[in-house]
Amino acid sequence: MAPQSPPKATLEHSQSASGSATADGFQEEHHYRSGPLRWLLTTNHKEIGSLYLIFSLAMFMIGGAMALVIRLELFQPGLQMIQPEFFNQMTTMHGLIMVFGAVMPGFVGLANWMIPLQIGAPDMALPRLNNFSFWLLPIAFTLLLSTLLMPGGGPNFGWTFYAPLSTTYAPPSTTFFIFALHMAGISSILGAINIIATILNLRAPGMRLMDMTLFVWTWLITAFLLIAVMPVLAGVITMMLLDINFGTSFFNAAGGGDPVLFQHLFWFFGHPEVYIMILPAFGIVSVIIPTFARKRLFGYASMVYATAAIAILSFLVWAHHMFAVGLPLVAELFFMYTTLLIAVPTGVKVFNWITTLFRGEITFETPMLFALAFVVLFTIGGFSGLMLAIAPADFQYHDTYFVVAHFHYVLVPGAVFSIMAAVYYWLPKWTGHYPDERLGRWHFWLSVIGVNLLFFPMHFAGLAGMPRRIPDYALQFADFNMASSIGGFLFGFSQLLFIWVVVKCVRGGVKAPANAWDGATDLEWTVPSPAPLHTFETPPDLRDFKFH
Amino acid sequence: MSGGSYYVPASSKWPILAGLAVGLFMIGTGIVLVFDTGMVLLPIGAAAIVTVMALWFRDVIRESRRGLYDAQMDRSFRWGMGWFIFSEVMFFLAFFGALFYVRVFALPWLDGEGAKGVSALLWPDFVASWPLMNPPDTNVVGPEAVVSPWQLPLVNTLFLVASSITLTLSHEAFKEGYRDTARNCLAITVLLGVLFLIVQGIEYYEAYHHLGITLQAGIYGSTFFLLTGFHGAHVTIGAIILAVMLWRIQKGHFSAHNHFGFEAAAWYWHFVDVVWIGLFIFVYVF
Repeated sequence: MAPQSPPKATLEHSQSASGSATADGFQEEHHYRSGPLRWLLTTNHKEIGSLYLIFSLAMFMIGGAMALVIRLELFQPGLQMIQPEFFNQMTTMHGLIMVFGAVMPGFVGLANWMIPLQIGAPDMALPRLNNFSFWLLPIAFTLLLSTLLMPGGGPNFGWTFYAPLSTTYAPPSTTFFIFALHMAGISSILGAINIIATILNLRAPGMRLMDMTLFVWTWLITAFLLIAVMPVLAGVITMMLLDINFGTSFFNAAGGGDPVLFQHLFWFFGHPEVYIMILPAFGIVSVIIPTFARKRLFGYASMVYATAAIAILSFLVWAHHMFAVGLPLVAELFFMYTTLLIAVPTGVKVFNWITTLFRGEITFETPMLFALAFVVLFTIGGFSGLMLAIAPADFQYHDTYFVVAHFHYVLVPGAVFSIMAAVYYWLPKWTGHYPDERLGRWHFWLSVIGVNLLFFPMHFAGLAGMPRRIPDYALQFADFNMASSIGGFLFGFSQLLFIWVVVKCVRGGVKAPANAWDGATDLEWTVPSPAPLHTFETPPDLRDFKFH
Repeated sequence: MSGGSYYVPASSKWPILAGLAVGLFMIGTGIVLVFDTGMVLLPIGAAAIVTVMALWFRDVIRESRRGLYDAQMDRSFRWGMGWFIFSEVMFFLAFFGALFYVRVFALPWLDGEGAKGVSALLWPDFVASWPLMNPPDTNVVGPEAVVSPWQLPLVNTLFLVASSITLTLSHEAFKEGYRDTARNCLAITVLLGVLFLIVQGIEYYEAYHHLGITLQAGIYGSTFFLLTGFHGAHVTIGAIILAVMLWRIQKGHFSAHNHFGFEAAAWYWHFVDVVWIGLFIFVYVF
């Protein structure tokens, strides 16, 4: 299939609009600041998108460094490097930073950059709110990281902060952790509101909902999930705050409360949160695979419905994280069956990706490599999820390294790989240059080998009974852990290569045309590369545009 | 869809200042709670939040009055406000969920009921009841009595329901062009909101000083103050927003067709009212 030539009118328009200010008497609106203030005060979706992505990368490296501290300690049995108290702070902070600081802002950054470009909008619907959403994050995470330096140390109860570990037995800094999470939550809610308003209200004339790319669709549904569950997180940490500081009894059975109530509330937020971190990944892969297979996405409508089905089911499965806590039998069964049901829409997606590849004219540029690795490795994580979903079997796996292997497979070669695929895919649009293909492939192969060496042995360690969140372990787990640690360092240091590729691409490289990839057909490829600061100031007319 | 006049504001200093203000407020509160070294940052942060919000909204009002916003912008605001209220609904849902979980599952199980009643071994003498007057552990002193729903809470219910009616009257009057009627009805709405808060203040005083209902009085006190307290905070915010709308009507900011600020405030107020109905039924009556 030949690459589709973009509609001329759109192209010309976006070029001409980039330079001139509109003559409505408000030219000052088009006066742009330079210097650092420009980045602090910006309302531009592309600049805010870049800020999110840079922030996400910084958090990825910080959270990754903590993961390496963990892997260093676990390289051999026995306590080698750090004290157990600090180890607990590292596992906690690593989880919190990767979830709330790296993966979520990474996807929001991509949403900021690409949603307006993919729907033909001039910017996000509420640009000032967009800036507010972003700048809350560095403040929140500075506060979160500062807890490590406070008396008693930082949060040490795991990223799930179960009560009473996080209330009765928590370090004093927990109150600051709660406030940091409140700020990150406000940021997510406002960001999601902005994304929904943008998608529902700012699509260019002629673009129906079912014309949108899968990336936009998955983000629409993700934003809904965010608005539905981040307030529940805010509620549960507020109850923690009251238990810690005001003597309430929400999670304290002595006063008639229940620690298990914490787990219910947390996972009512937590499970949709898991899908918040994977649905946009589905969207990214669903735009990259058709491009490099040079075929239309197979089963577009079923992809949309599958995404919606996963989102709805995500509200009905939360207690599968709590099978071992002592639930009534009927709850165990209910949550087991709803969880297993999720395999159906997820299977639809994997089937559609593979069918899209079938008899395609496939080429293997770096974004495609990451996308293909995503399909394979995410599916492994999905299968181990099915094993965990079976309640009687979960009694064996619960809180072992098998769980760690499972969720790292869906989050690292799943969510993180999809973000990397997206970065390689859209860098030409952002910078006007292709990323270095040779270095990109090195980065890919080192990452893929490292990540599997890191996480695959964890399955075996877990099945053999190694508990998670411990700084020391029995001798029979030594080989698995040594392999994991070597893989961890390989994966971790390979990411320096990623940073180098990105920096190199920003600074120069092979010039990219408007449509940078041979098989790309979405709207963002009709604007010049690099995309001018302002695109689609007048909405393009898409009535004749050929969607996916 | 519009013809391309969607307003994209220039760079603005309010968002990042708002972020810093929120950060100051949170850190200030944390310092008071954790280190107990006095209230310095907390009031500064709170004042900064109010100031920045006022200045940010001033910009928005100015832009709106200069006619920079078209119908599409109006829809963005509507989606934004609608989803914001949905997020608030979910916030309260977490608290109601906690209340129901404790009443339906946690307390009966502590009393030995059902398959999971093994937790009754913890406090064998515990008898589940709601309102929970005798918490399991004797170190936690339960309330002596509960608030009767048919006194102050009923009065407050009438206040809030009446305020929703006067607010609707105000809005309808405004759309028909009766600005003075609209203003008067809105003033009554704000007044009813303030009366509600005064009555709630009296109720809290009674609860703390005569009924023994405190935050520390076990799960009954905890859920009581959590639900009514956050609702009260929302009434306060809603009343302030409505007061601002009153001021804006007085200044002639709105037209019969273009007054989304007012409508958004009304949506918020009705939402707060509906939450109260839920509270009245599940916290006070049953």
